[in-house]
Amino acid sequence: MPTSTQTIAELANREYKEGFFTAIESDTLPKGLNEETIRQISAKKQEPDWLCAWRLKAFEHWRTMEEPRWWPNLKIAPIDYQAISYYSAPKPRKQLESMEEVDPELRQTFEKLGISLEEQKRLAGVAVDAVFDSVSVATTYKETLKEKGILFCSFSEAVREHPELVRKYLGSVVPYNDNFFATLNSAVFSDGSFVFVPKGVHCPMELSTYFRINAAETGQFERTLIVAEEGAYVSYLEGCTAPMRDENQLHAAVVELIAVGDDAQIKYSTVQNWYPGDKEGRGGIYNFVTKRGACRGRRSKISWTQVETGSAITWKYPSVILQGDHAVGEFYSVALTKNRQQADTGTKMIHIGKHTKSTIVSKGISAGEGQNTYRGEVKVLKGADHARNYSQCDSMLLGDRCGAHTFPYIDVRNPSARVEHEASTSKIGEDQIFYCKQRGISAEDAVSLIVNGFCKEVFRELPMEFAVEAQKLLGVSLEGSVG
Amino acid sequence: MSSTTKSVSTTTPPHRQAVQPYVDAFTTLERSQGAVWRPAVRYLKKAAIARLSAIGFPGPRDEEFRFTPTAPLWQTNFQMADAACVDHVDVDSALSQAVSIPDAVQVVVIDGFCARIMGHADLPKGMIITSLAKAMVEHADLVEGYLNKHLKTDRMPFALLNTALFEDGVFIYLPDQCVVERPIHLIFLSTADQPRAHFPRQWFVAKEGSQATLLETHLSVDEGIPFTNGVSEYHLEPGAYIDHYQVQRTSRNGFHFTTQHVHLAQKSQWRSHLLHWGGRLVRNDVIAVLDGEYAECTINGLVHVDGQRLIDHHTAIDHAQPNCPSHELFKHVVDGEGQAVFNGKIFVRQDAQKTDAKQTNQTLLLSPDGRVLTKPQLEIFADDVKCTHGATVGQLEEDALFYLRSRGLGQQQAQALLTFAFANDIIHRIHLTALREALEHQLLAVHHLPEE
Repeated sequence: MPTSTQTIAELANREYKEGFFTAIESDTLPKGLNEETIRQISAKKQEPDWLCAWRLKAFEHWRTMEEPRWWPNLKIAPIDYQAISYYSAPKPRKQLESMEEVDPELRQTFEKLGISLEEQKRLAGVAVDAVFDSVSVATTYKETLKEKGILFCSFSEAVREHPELVRKYLGSVVPYNDNFFATLNSAVFSDGSFVFVPKGVHCPMELSTYFRINAAETGQFERTLIVAEEGAYVSYLEGCTAPMRDENQLHAAVVELIAVGDDAQIKYSTVQNWYPGDKEGRGGIYNFVTKRGACRGRRSKISWTQVETGSAITWKYPSVILQGDHAVGEFYSVALTKNRQQADTGTKMIHIGKHTKSTIVSKGISAGEGQNTYRGEVKVLKGADHARNYSQCDSMLLGDRCGAHTFPYIDVRNPSARVEHEASTSKIGEDQIFYCKQRGISAEDAVSLIVNGFCKEVFRELPMEFAVEAQKLLGVSLEGSVG
Repeated sequence: MSSTTKSVSTTTPPHRQAVQPYVDAFTTLERSQGAVWRPAVRYLKKAAIARLSAIGFPGPRDEEFRFTPTAPLWQTNFQMADAACVDHVDVDSALSQAVSIPDAVQVVVIDGFCARIMGHADLPKGMIITSLAKAMVEHADLVEGYLNKHLKTDRMPFALLNTALFEDGVFIYLPDQCVVERPIHLIFLSTADQPRAHFPRQWFVAKEGSQATLLETHLSVDEGIPFTNGVSEYHLEPGAYIDHYQVQRTSRNGFHFTTQHVHLAQKSQWRSHLLHWGGRLVRNDVIAVLDGEYAECTINGLVHVDGQRLIDHHTAIDHAQPNCPSHELFKHVVDGEGQAVFNGKIFVRQDAQKTDAKQTNQTLLLSPDGRVLTKPQLEIFADDVKCTHGATVGQLEEDALFYLRSRGLGQQQAQALLTFAFANDIIHRIHLTALREALEHQLLAVHHLPEE
């Protein structure tokens, strides 16, 4: 099949489309990390003393920790933590009232990515909190949300305006000493989003943040905290693209979700398309993220959906701790690796409460020399009577030099639990492509069709516009690909 | 041979210090036996003990032993078995526990020493079945050709331990096209009037086109604390077909740490059934390398664990060449405070296109205090493959129970019947009739079910 070989070659050669660099003045700390850096970050952000102390406590602990190095299918170039600048903020300007006041260059950047704020505003009432590098520069629909009592703001603003809430929940799901990268984040986190949905409130719109890594050699250390009280519902979207860069950029974010009360629901969706490095694997983002949710209330629910197509290395395990009885955890994931991209991603479902349920659907696609690993754990503790888990991990291989790996850990201590795990690995059938071509569909479209079909179960979970974007992204990523 | 570890610096972690008694045992062994070791054997053993003392026993953070704490093992002081133990064992009454296989060639190994071989009078020409100690003298060149030929022990502390300390075991050699009609039954007995360690070693060579049925039964003479540390290597040359069974029913206080390494050349077939009931802490490493096109490998397992015992199976099926199918079905029944650990790895190398690998792991968790840890894992580096694995953990199907009860069976009886059916799924796959029937019998008796 000459066309398919050709298309594989094209896929391998595809350049990163979102690669451009916006020249904006930024206020950046010199490279290096020590106590002083942390005090400076804290001071720049005018943080209260308790938060500065918390950061320092994390930093003290981080210094005693060893960088994890044991992932069997990840090759990680050494990271020099002293060669990174830990703070970068666009120069402060006067407070913005409307979109027109946003830096035109910045707006252009968003437009190039096809996610202009105007359009976002128009589309189905999405409120966008655009995070440009580390500081939020535009927030929309704030008033509407305020009426309902929903807090949606940047993390720094939350620290200023609602310190009691931040103090209560910060680190309550991912403690400051959780793991190497989360601890680093706890010490140096710059900004992020904060969402609080009070009792009984159904958030009327999808909340969304677009992240961009921009200033060269700046690690991004986002911190997101989402709290839903009894009966509250919120759906949150996170999407990212990053400009082309040669140096590896470290990204170590922490996301904490807390479904505090009974019947609280949080839905968290991600589309990640950071710079994956060039064909030889040079450059690209190191994406080491700790995401965890706690279902504390009865019948509470947390759902993670992710589409991971970018980054040189993706290392993330969005997890759910199912504490409340009848709590539900979900994880839907599509991870695509091509060229020399490496992904080690999966989830942890920890069943503590009775009748807790979890569903895991993971789809891995490997092309070129990409290495794609699913690593997940399902743990049913002794008291979790009638816990139920269903996991499905499918891998698709496109090309003979890529790898697909599955490492599910299952740990069950309750006899009334039911845990099922299924995994399969296969390639696109030549008969499937033949069938499509025979009906006049090009090999390329056929691949796109089949891959999208393969991922359908996950895309279905994404909010509407996001699903469209994700499908496009996958199509673009596999453009001219595979046979 | 209980030697103290006081001399070792306190900064060494305990799991590394714990190898010291075994290093001392090696020194003693070398002093008494070293003179008769051929250079290749000496080299192998010395390298093994050096490596073992460098890496030590698995520590608490060792990923391969994450769920199987080895501390209870290395905190026990074992006497090293010697050939003299063999004399005061009432072999016949011990043997009565083993399933009797009519017309079998029977080899009895006591505490790692080959004690007797029966019924080998009219075996096919050229076939060798003998004690390993004897083979190392009489067929030295042949044995040395297979010394650690494929087994890589570098990261396997227990295979290293056996390599350093084995003195005897069994050597079986089937020449080209040799078809052994009679089953070969190896019976391993352990004695432990006091805690005792023993190190049986087996080499099994099946030359081109040969065929045999091989049954290994592991039993204990008493309910003491034996530590069985065995290694078996099976070399299957092109077209060989081996039907293999392993029945482990050793002392419920004992430690059983064994390694089986199977190397398959093209078009050879390995069909293995592992049946484990006994032992307090059991770790069985099974590695099968499909190193020739169209080789086929089947590994099925049935584990029943209760009390406060733990049985751990680590299987690795390594698809190194294209066009090989592999099948694996492992079933665990967990009761009491028992723990079952299963780690099933399927490795598909870049050249192994058209691999068809299927793995299934099912666990029946019967008690609130039992625990199941399963980690089926796929590592795939080739694209044109079909690989699946599935794992389930659960209790008996409500619907099935209801159905049986609606037909007039009591709750207990219905449960027993379903548990029996779950386990029998493995047993009915056994081709060796005498073994299958005997195990079915036993299983029915355990569940108080009538013969039907």
